[in-house]
Amino acid sequence: MVPSVLRLQHITKRFGDLVANDDISLELSRGEVLALLGENGAGKSTLVSILFGHYEADEGHIEVFGRPLPPGQPRAALDAGIGMVHQHFTLADNLSVLDNVMLGTEPWWRPWSARATARAHLLATAQRFGLPVQPEALVGSLSVGERQRVEILKALVRGARILILDEPTAVLTPQESEDLFTTLGQMVAEGLSIIFISHKLAEVLRVSDRIAVLRAGRLVAQAPAHEVTQAQLALWMVGHAIELPERAPAARVGEPVCQLERVSAGSGRGRLSEVSLELRAGEIVAIAGVSGNGQAMLAELLCGMAQPASGQLRFLGSSMSGEVATLVGQGLARIPEDRHAVGVVGDLPLWENAVSERLRSPAFSRRALGLRWVRRGAAVAHAQRIVDDFDVRGGGLATPARALSGGNMQKLILGRALRSPDGKPARLIVAHQPTWGLDVGAVAYVQQQLIDARDAGAAVLVISDDLDEVLTLGDRVAVMHHGQLTAARPGADWSRESLGLAMAGAA
Amino acid sequence: MRLERRTHASPVALVVAPVAAVLATLLVSALLVRWAGAPVGRTYAAMLEGGFGSVFAWTETLTRAVPLILTGLAATVAFKARLFNIGAEGQLYGGAMAAVAVGGVQGGAELWGPVWLVFALMLAAAALAGAVLLLGPAWMKARLGVDEVVTTLLMNFIVLLGVSALLDGPMKDPTALGWPQSVPLAGELELSRPVQGARLHTGLFIAAALALALWQVFRRSVLGFDIRATGANARAAAFAGVPALRTAMVVAAISGALAGLAGAIEVAGRTGYVTMDMSPGYGYSGIVIAMLAGLHPLGVLGASVFVAGVLVGADTMSRVVGVPTYIADVIVATSLIAVLVATLLTQYRVRWARSTR
Repeated sequence: MVPSVLRLQHITKRFGDLVANDDISLELSRGEVLALLGENGAGKSTLVSILFGHYEADEGHIEVFGRPLPPGQPRAALDAGIGMVHQHFTLADNLSVLDNVMLGTEPWWRPWSARATARAHLLATAQRFGLPVQPEALVGSLSVGERQRVEILKALVRGARILILDEPTAVLTPQESEDLFTTLGQMVAEGLSIIFISHKLAEVLRVSDRIAVLRAGRLVAQAPAHEVTQAQLALWMVGHAIELPERAPAARVGEPVCQLERVSAGSGRGRLSEVSLELRAGEIVAIAGVSGNGQAMLAELLCGMAQPASGQLRFLGSSMSGEVATLVGQGLARIPEDRHAVGVVGDLPLWENAVSERLRSPAFSRRALGLRWVRRGAAVAHAQRIVDDFDVRGGGLATPARALSGGNMQKLILGRALRSPDGKPARLIVAHQPTWGLDVGAVAYVQQQLIDARDAGAAVLVISDDLDEVLTLGDRVAVMHHGQLTAARPGADWSRESLGLAMAGAA
Repeated sequence: MRLERRTHASPVALVVAPVAAVLATLLVSALLVRWAGAPVGRTYAAMLEGGFGSVFAWTETLTRAVPLILTGLAATVAFKARLFNIGAEGQLYGGAMAAVAVGGVQGGAELWGPVWLVFALMLAAAALAGAVLLLGPAWMKARLGVDEVVTTLLMNFIVLLGVSALLDGPMKDPTALGWPQSVPLAGELELSRPVQGARLHTGLFIAAALALALWQVFRRSVLGFDIRATGANARAAAFAGVPALRTAMVVAAISGALAGLAGAIEVAGRTGYVTMDMSPGYGYSGIVIAMLAGLHPLGVLGASVFVAGVLVGADTMSRVVGVPTYIADVIVATSLIAVLVATLLTQYRVRWARSTR
């Protein structure tokens, strides 16, 4: 029997009425990869936050290498040999790799810095686990994959024997993910234990020895990876069978709604250079790519938030330079990448967020005394229609939008974009990572809405770094790399492999 | 010890929090009163008596509240949009100078036009002066990213030194026996005093009306939405089509105008002319009041009366028990901290980490 290095016993954590973790007991063995699988909000993050001392459990306790772990102290977790690689890296861009790794490891009162020793230690660790780095390189100049490597090394250099990886492949190309999996294998061979958090079924099966599935705060199943199938995992994760979006190929592709001709914009990493693309009514164009390759700039341009530095951007035959309110009135529907920070104003009530884009139209406000005054009755009624039609749950019209779950917030944004007060359908839909972080049911709902809008005659652009989504939705697919866009070819012409290569810039 | 966000604030907490804040303030201040060697009960009684104990006390308190309401509103509208206007003091003096520039006359001379016209122009000029003083910093913030806290704060010194130069130079009243003060405002322009024998003036109604108007603008207008949305999340507001630069400029104009009006109304209602000591820091107190009021225009009315009452009551208290009037500043400051902590506690819960071996 392999000794157990980590033992969670009866962990329960409540936030008000919400039970985020309900009596969870788990064990991790030496040299084992344990996958923690679950939808957003299932309690994965809460559980590892408790493990790492960010939160304190209401009940239960934790043993690491046979010793009890004091709750609520990240320092104690580090000292016990637990290392965490966050999904959003915690690195200082303006420092070198070595500085980042050393940060916080030296006592402040020591008059000298042991750089040489630390450098040797870093290189030795990198060598041992097959994670090549240049200690002097600035973190700001590294690719996302390289940064993740630094983040992992940071944990290893601090003596981590148990490594927690939070959605590590979310930012990687398929090839980079493969490299990561190889590294994980090497670490396990060295006797480390790994907790791998994910909601992607295929990679969980590929990488882990054992899988624990969380749903609504409960541990619903545990099984060795070789004994389960994707279908079984999906059922555990969601709790019921899922209706996948129905998809027929584009039936009636109409005239162009939006054209980009050799458009350049922005500067640095996220710039666009000479992008040409035509979006036609009744068709979905999906753009794949590792995030940070210019997609954000493209989305900003098409959402009316930026202007091209050169080239032509046309919407409905004329230059796309109007104010946001005007563009929305003409039939531009926008779904931004970051629904919390950009999609809604979290502190304002749901109804105001539901009409915020169209507040300036005569349907929702009128002029008097030199100001526009909100027609509150009409605005609230419209918000209610959106809530009903798009099944937005989790609060009344007066609830702050921040209180909504990710899926409901996305439904609200979708409804706001797609429902106009005069009932006209959208002409152009720009959806940037529309299903990112949503649970399986909400993903299917959002994708179905986009397909329905296409069938109703809208031109749809979907930007996503999820290959499955790109292949599911795209009538035509193009790939973005370093600000350049490949030609958009029919979805059937692409395979996962060819997409992955193009995303890495090899095609 | 750590803070965890509450999923929703309990209604009981919303009532208990402000009461607890007031009690905490009185308790902390009591320690200082004891230290000064005075009986706590009598000290507070004298303060309450002096601020709110008689009709006369009320008129004095409300007189003091008028400029505080206006500067409080100025801070409220700006802070709501996350434009941190620390320059209300300078804008107040700018407004006061503009008022006497339009409506000041030498030794009982005739006004240059009909009273209603000059009066309207006087208020307009004061509002404009205040607005102009804030538009520059606001534009620099919106376009160049210059920190408005620094620029508006420093503008105070520039304006006050400028006012001082004018009061000792071109705008000095030659009949004032050498004192640096402006020519007086024409008598017809002075605000009427509804209570016999008290200094309380109709500026109170102007200030209260502006508070009501601002409340309605916040609640019902698209501009109000723009201000609240920009303040809560500027990126999301811009995405929803809120014109960022225009909103910043309009907010700056309103905020500066309110502070400028505070200056004009002080001159027309209380002092009659401009001196360098006409404001004991009303511009800065406006910030405290806006925070006490939770950035709510109607809350500004209550907070102004509270602060004014403490300041006025402190004078009486000082005479009766011999405690320095500085205690009033301590009470106001402590109450601000207490209210901010109380508000925080309605939104977050404190978790005390259990000690582990």
